[in-house]
Amino acid sequence: MLDLREYQSLGEALRAALERWPDEVCLIEADREREKARFTYKQFKEAALPLASALQDAGFQSGTRAAIIMTNQSKWLISAYAIFFCGGILVPLDYKLTAAEQLQLLAHSKAEFLIVEYHLWRAIMQSDGFKNLGVRFVLVTEAPSGADLGGAKRWEEFKSEREPDFVPRGRQEAACIVYSSGTGGRPKGCVLTHENYLEQCMALTALYPFSPGVRYLSILPTNHAIDFMIGFIGPFTCGAAIVHLRTLRPEYIREAFTRYKITYMTLVPMVLKSLERGLRQRFADLPKGRRAVLNTLIKANRALTRRQPNVKLSRRLLRQVHDAFGGELRAFFVGGAFTEPATLQFFYDLGIPVGNGYGCTEAGTVITVNDFKPFRADTVGKPLPGIEVKILNAEAEGIGEVAVRSKTIMSQYLDDPEMTAQTIVGGWLMTGDLGRIDTAGHLQLFGRKKNMIVTEEGKNIYPEDIETAFEGLPVKEFCVFAANYLWPQRSMVGEQLVIVLHPEAGKALNKELADDLAARNRRLTNYKRVHGYLTWVRDFPLTASMKIKRGELAEQIRRTVDRSAMVVL
Amino acid sequence: MSSLQSTTDEVLRLAAEHFKVPREQLAADDDFFKKLGLNSLQALDLLTRIEHHFKIELPDYELQGVSDFRTLAERIQLRL
Repeated sequence: MLDLREYQSLGEALRAALERWPDEVCLIEADREREKARFTYKQFKEAALPLASALQDAGFQSGTRAAIIMTNQSKWLISAYAIFFCGGILVPLDYKLTAAEQLQLLAHSKAEFLIVEYHLWRAIMQSDGFKNLGVRFVLVTEAPSGADLGGAKRWEEFKSEREPDFVPRGRQEAACIVYSSGTGGRPKGCVLTHENYLEQCMALTALYPFSPGVRYLSILPTNHAIDFMIGFIGPFTCGAAIVHLRTLRPEYIREAFTRYKITYMTLVPMVLKSLERGLRQRFADLPKGRRAVLNTLIKANRALTRRQPNVKLSRRLLRQVHDAFGGELRAFFVGGAFTEPATLQFFYDLGIPVGNGYGCTEAGTVITVNDFKPFRADTVGKPLPGIEVKILNAEAEGIGEVAVRSKTIMSQYLDDPEMTAQTIVGGWLMTGDLGRIDTAGHLQLFGRKKNMIVTEEGKNIYPEDIETAFEGLPVKEFCVFAANYLWPQRSMVGEQLVIVLHPEAGKALNKELADDLAARNRRLTNYKRVHGYLTWVRDFPLTASMKIKRGELAEQIRRTVDRSAMVVL
Repeated sequence: MSSLQSTTDEVLRLAAEHFKVPREQLAADDDFFKKLGLNSLQALDLLTRIEHHFKIELPDYELQGVSDFRTLAERIQLRL
């Protein structure tokens, strides 16, 4: 792997990787059972440099901000490298956001260039806010011939023969602006520097070294901090290969394991659970005798790997299970949301260790991860090398807010010094999560101090961001909360949102209003919907500028009513 | 070519069969995430079943923002 201490920027490190392993495969793009593209490091360079050159011809300069909105595919990585090569700042946006939300974040990021997949561009062009789009140059991928591109250029044809100029960037300069939330309220654009990424990559690869021959299966969106690091920067700087799968469907994920002999994969708890369900079903369908043999082998594997994983032994003992995963799988990584210990244990007993981790975009992705020395299903592991974790204001049981200090912490929230100052205090990142460090140095999480939820898909949902969906509701005032913020409980599963409604004086919550509420709720993406409502008959506490004092209102509600008062929608 | 109504009916029938619920419990405007308690992966499973039935291919993104059977049927209809 590259010694990342020698490099100043992601562009420089990636450029060195492309020279170091020219003939190794770096990227495979698969869609269902079809392989759509395959690149060696040399071919990747040959695809990216003409794009970089054309971008420079179009006026792209050092520090230019360029957004990418694309599903998981090779053009994402090729475009990102071209942007870094030109000294640009990458703004990776979530393709699952609505066009209106994407437009809002494009405006906030002040991106000048946009690289976008055709179907997403079509939605943006049809959006009401399109006329206010501030980007000056748009490249569209995979557009059908004859399609109206609204003045945008075709990615596939946007090339220049001229040798592009590599633009160096400093370690402390911004590499990416990554939005951790804020599509409806106050955008949180995490400004991550080249140093943040290089340090994070060094810490991760020290624990889990990749090398040529390793094949990493990428199904999470590349805009997500985890996949950007573990499914792009990490493998590239180690000479490994990434297999991009353009679908999340379980049957094609299973097929990709055997077809591409996958070594590692990162997933969110929802996908891990889906794989677990599939395996449990297959085990249950076995004839009684074979099932008994399998259970004995699983028990034996568990006993023999109690201290540490032994993949070779597990593959021999449980050959059929491992063959179903391609026979080369060494480990899964899981993060983005809480994973049940029983699921982690299930896979460990089969000889497939799951590195359960914890992190956030503000911390440059991963803060802690399980090192399997020994495997623990009840924690999110130990801090990565170079990352300090401490617990603030711990209660009697040692539980308090998790704070983090390291070179991987973002420099700031874009254009928001106030929120930056609230989040990074004396060099420590306040995560808003509640945890405890045990005697073995492992971090255990117990809930959140902050008003937000995380879905099992790893989506962070901030209540403020969805309130626009309820604007105009015929009530005096309303406010959305995370139910666990109103009524704290030491759990990170089944998190829900609740809307607190203060009806107009003398008016009750009638059926018409409930229907209106339900209809608005349905228009939200499924994982952003509120679970129920709570009626509140007192005026909300307000600031001088007439904003709701959320903390104070939550405190009043907490003191007055309990969770059972919530009416499920 | 089948009508939107017949496509919607077929989608409802397939969903009922796939998730083992009585057909009469499902209506075109039902939110399938809520009604059937699905997560997005399970909804993609249904999409695969639908693809096989109609002999079409629907990219994952076609399900983005879709949560009721009628809208899903409209997306299918466009590709028939």
